[in-house]
Amino acid sequence: MLIEKFLRQAVAGAALGGLLLAASPTTASAQDYTDEQYFGIPSIRVGPYNVMGTGYFGGEIDYMNYVNMTGGVNGVKLTWEECETSYNAAKSVECYQRLMTNDKGQKMLEWDPYGTPLAYAVIGRVADDHVVLAQAGFGRTDAAYGPVWPWVFGVHSNYWTQIAMTLRFMALKEGGIDKMKGKTVAHLYIDTAYGKEPLPAMRVIAKNWGFKLLEIPIAPPGLEQQAQWRRVRAEHVDWVTFWGAGYGMSGTAHTTRASVGFPADRVIFVTFGGAEEDMIAGGKDAVGTYAMGHVLPGRDNIPLIHNIWEKVYGADKGNMEDPNRVGTLYYNRGVAAAVIWTEAMRIAQAKFDKVGKAITGDEFRWGYEHLDFTSKARRDFYGLGGLLPPFKVSCEDHEGGEKFLVLQWNGKKYDVVHDWLGPDDPALIDNLEKESALKYAKEHNMPIRDCKDWEPWVWK
Amino acid sequence: MLFREAGQFHTSYAQDSRLLPLRRDRIRMAILLVAGFLVVPFIANDYWLDAILIPWLTLSLVAQGQNILMGYAGQLSLGSAGFMAAGAFACYNIILRIDGIGFIAAVLLSGVCAALIGIVFGLPSLRVRGLYLMVATLASQFFIVWALNKIEWFTNYDPAGVITAQHIFVLGHEFDTSVEKYLVVLGIVSVLTLLAANMAHGSPGRAWMAVRDMDVAAEVNGLSLLRTKLQAFAISSFYCGVGGALYTYAYLETVEPSAFTIHMSFLILFMALIGGLGTIKGPFFGAAFILFIPIVLNVISNEVFGNAVNLSLLSALEQLIFGVMIIVILIFEPLGLARIWQLFKQRLRLWPFRH
Amino acid sequence: MSDFLFFLEVLIGGLLAGSLYALVALGFVLIYKASFVFNFAQSSFVFFAALSLCGFMELGLPMWAAVPVAISLMVVVGMATERLVLRPLVGQSEETLLMATIGLAFVVEGLAQAVWGVEVRTLDLGVGHHPIEWVMDRWGMLINKFDLVAAIVAWILVAVLALVFSRTKVGRGLRAVADDNSAALSIGIPLSHIWMLVWATAGVVALVAGMLWGARNGVQFALVDLALKALPVLIIGGFTSVPGVVVAGLLVGAFESVTEFYIGPLVGGGIDAWTPYALAVVFLMFRAEGLFGEKIIRRV
Repeated sequence: MLIEKFLRQAVAGAALGGLLLAASPTTASAQDYTDEQYFGIPSIRVGPYNVMGTGYFGGEIDYMNYVNMTGGVNGVKLTWEECETSYNAAKSVECYQRLMTNDKGQKMLEWDPYGTPLAYAVIGRVADDHVVLAQAGFGRTDAAYGPVWPWVFGVHSNYWTQIAMTLRFMALKEGGIDKMKGKTVAHLYIDTAYGKEPLPAMRVIAKNWGFKLLEIPIAPPGLEQQAQWRRVRAEHVDWVTFWGAGYGMSGTAHTTRASVGFPADRVIFVTFGGAEEDMIAGGKDAVGTYAMGHVLPGRDNIPLIHNIWEKVYGADKGNMEDPNRVGTLYYNRGVAAAVIWTEAMRIAQAKFDKVGKAITGDEFRWGYEHLDFTSKARRDFYGLGGLLPPFKVSCEDHEGGEKFLVLQWNGKKYDVVHDWLGPDDPALIDNLEKESALKYAKEHNMPIRDCKDWEPWVWK
Repeated sequence: MLFREAGQFHTSYAQDSRLLPLRRDRIRMAILLVAGFLVVPFIANDYWLDAILIPWLTLSLVAQGQNILMGYAGQLSLGSAGFMAAGAFACYNIILRIDGIGFIAAVLLSGVCAALIGIVFGLPSLRVRGLYLMVATLASQFFIVWALNKIEWFTNYDPAGVITAQHIFVLGHEFDTSVEKYLVVLGIVSVLTLLAANMAHGSPGRAWMAVRDMDVAAEVNGLSLLRTKLQAFAISSFYCGVGGALYTYAYLETVEPSAFTIHMSFLILFMALIGGLGTIKGPFFGAAFILFIPIVLNVISNEVFGNAVNLSLLSALEQLIFGVMIIVILIFEPLGLARIWQLFKQRLRLWPFRH
Repeated sequence: MSDFLFFLEVLIGGLLAGSLYALVALGFVLIYKASFVFNFAQSSFVFFAALSLCGFMELGLPMWAAVPVAISLMVVVGMATERLVLRPLVGQSEETLLMATIGLAFVVEGLAQAVWGVEVRTLDLGVGHHPIEWVMDRWGMLINKFDLVAAIVAWILVAVLALVFSRTKVGRGLRAVADDNSAALSIGIPLSHIWMLVWATAGVVALVAGMLWGARNGVQFALVDLALKALPVLIIGGFTSVPGVVVAGLLVGAFESVTEFYIGPLVGGGIDAWTPYALAVVFLMFRAEGLFGEKIIRRV
């Protein structure tokens, strides 16, 4: 058994060398597609974020395979090329340029690096390049304000709505917002831009609700957190929001929390650092911890994921090295992201009279800005089930849903303990986003788009 | 046959102490510069300019700073990314707060800021050397990044603590496209490289090397160790700071302090080491190796294997191969790529009549 | 609970964490003593060792069988490193050797991910991360049981190694090698055997560190960053002293924990990123060879 797996791995390695000699470029077998649409995949397969990258991009690739196996997007076949970023912002810029056009000269439509620093690294470029920056649940928060950031889309929610909603969940648990008065909430975060991202919204809400906010940074890579958790203990904290990055940091958080006797079910992990792996790293100490869910995890409870499993993995064409990870949060987020691309493609094809043909970046952007996943017909078309909340995008609002699931780790998997939940006061967050975006626009002389003529898309 | 160096005699000291004493070298340098400024902009596409040449040039400059300190002055240090961060954030603040300052002036000033910080963190070099000094300089790396993260004034109170580079203006003209940015970077890098070569060949270089080779002897000969070492730290940090500013303004555009990680410092160290310490060419070779080999491996493996095999395994193997290449090069030629180039030239000099 | 007791809790927590830093640093010291190499790949070894142990257990081996297999694997990896990487580079400069071990780190990390995949694993050593009840009931202090056990393991390992080095023939050989390679060789000490042995020991130390850190933080890639925690410990303890590493580990752990807790909040927190290094610099100013390092008489 042991030897067998070892040998298999070793043979795989040796076979690579052989393949190098024997390989001939694999050409597309199915030529019955009228056209192709190219995507760039900035994968993260090695380094500290390897689990995240393999899950997320594995989901995207599996979905694209699934689309191709079921007739493409109105007959348009999806193609893609990969480039390894290792979650390094500088490398990702190289990848962005490298993947910009494929061999056949087709330009990519969107860029989805799955990392906040990586999104920042290209945010100034996408408008010039006519590439949509798809930052689904990560990246620059105030990019939700469409008039300043026409090319950036943070569907279906971002860090500020997430923190607002996390606080709302606490209030629900406490028995109402008025009960939050006098409570202490500690924000434990990795000391980077990503960790600080929710703070502006948090400070405002803390003032409005009258709870005490403790900001406790953890220096990366966060392998030692005793001082921070002892502070949580010393200050008699009621709730902790944990914004970590990396499984080492999450694992340390669970074990250190246990060692200072703070209850697990008073800690809420951010969606980005709250995947299954972040809980597994904490072993049994992680049981009971809450995490925010950007999508619904699970394989057989979501028709689409189930279909991908049967069709793609049934044909042994899956991208996941470990097929058991199909249906994990990262994987499902990847699938959801790719579903959103194809829906934007479909809208653009219909609008610009290009059904069955490739579209351009501008057309894709238009499609993205008219996404509407509120109708049951569109949801059922994809078999979304509960994967994504209902949401729609507009010219003003590049975010859309503003909703999260509350998940709780039971030691093996996540249980959904609260259905899609939005911020208590969405207008507050929208205004914060607008204010911040306008300040940025002013500083950098960015044009502000007028949304007067924008109209929603209606499927015929 | 190809290289002929015989028959060139210097008849004055001025001739003898020129930067490039050989006519062939002067011609080659001229060709290189002409190619860099006049040919490349016309033939390179955006990918090559933006994703390859600009980061290569800027990081070569930073590696040059590392090389000055390590290769010439013999001070093992590991904090170049911290000084890059200092340079980048200084540049942002200078342009933000001083109206109408040109980009070149801002970049040079940010280099000066980095140099001042470098002098402070260079102080331990008066007491310790080798690995001990390396770890001591690491303190600068962590402290600078931490301070930039904490003091919100440096990022102009951005909610996430990131800065976005302003547009590059030189003499009132905006350098916006890839080609223009490339030319700005190339210009600054060329001038600073020539300057480095000049210093290395001149009296500062001799002082550094004396300190490197035998500090007691250097002191006995009247060199002030304090002055020489701190000078090396200052100049090295200046190069790192300018490199960091260029890296931010011409390449990344939006950065957070944490982007300048310890891993980046290590990469810079590799560049200086594998390129060949104590040579002006070395950092350019080293930066090319460290930047391009992973890209080449990634491109090859994606091209050849495409979607055919397990890509995660492939990525891990790329990393493995990269490591093996580093080790093999070191075993084969511990003095780095510049030394390999030199040996190659030796051979060409004799070619085809070796015996 | 009084402020003093709480201070003690913070201090003890730091001391225990420091013992675990010492364990990582120990691997560096062993190698440095024998080969004068700062083996940057040591923390990659830690990652690889912990991952391999989990991998063997996933393949169906029980823990008691997986540990010896992992030990043998690490012995082989250590010896192979010595033979294939360090031997050909004998006599090269400090920088070149450092560079080679960084290349080695790439190789080991690539290998670990290629062989064992990317999944995060947990390692349960049977000791929970819970406060020791006895202490809690008496004084109200929370002392992590796991950290205490882990620290004791670390101390025992260090004590054993220190004894081996001071009392046995191999140890004397090693000290001779550490003093002067060629002199040791000329009086008939089998240099290559000593080197092999040390690298193999470093592999085993990496496994122990990997098991403890893996059980504490999860078995995942970030373990390679442990080197950053070990560096200030090495400086303060001296690169060549086994007991020095423990004392320095305790010192760094306590200092880091106490400053982060009491001073951190005043200046925005997160200062443990650099406080251990600042402490190391202060030490360098007064005692350049570290607490227990060999006094090198060398003008700088």
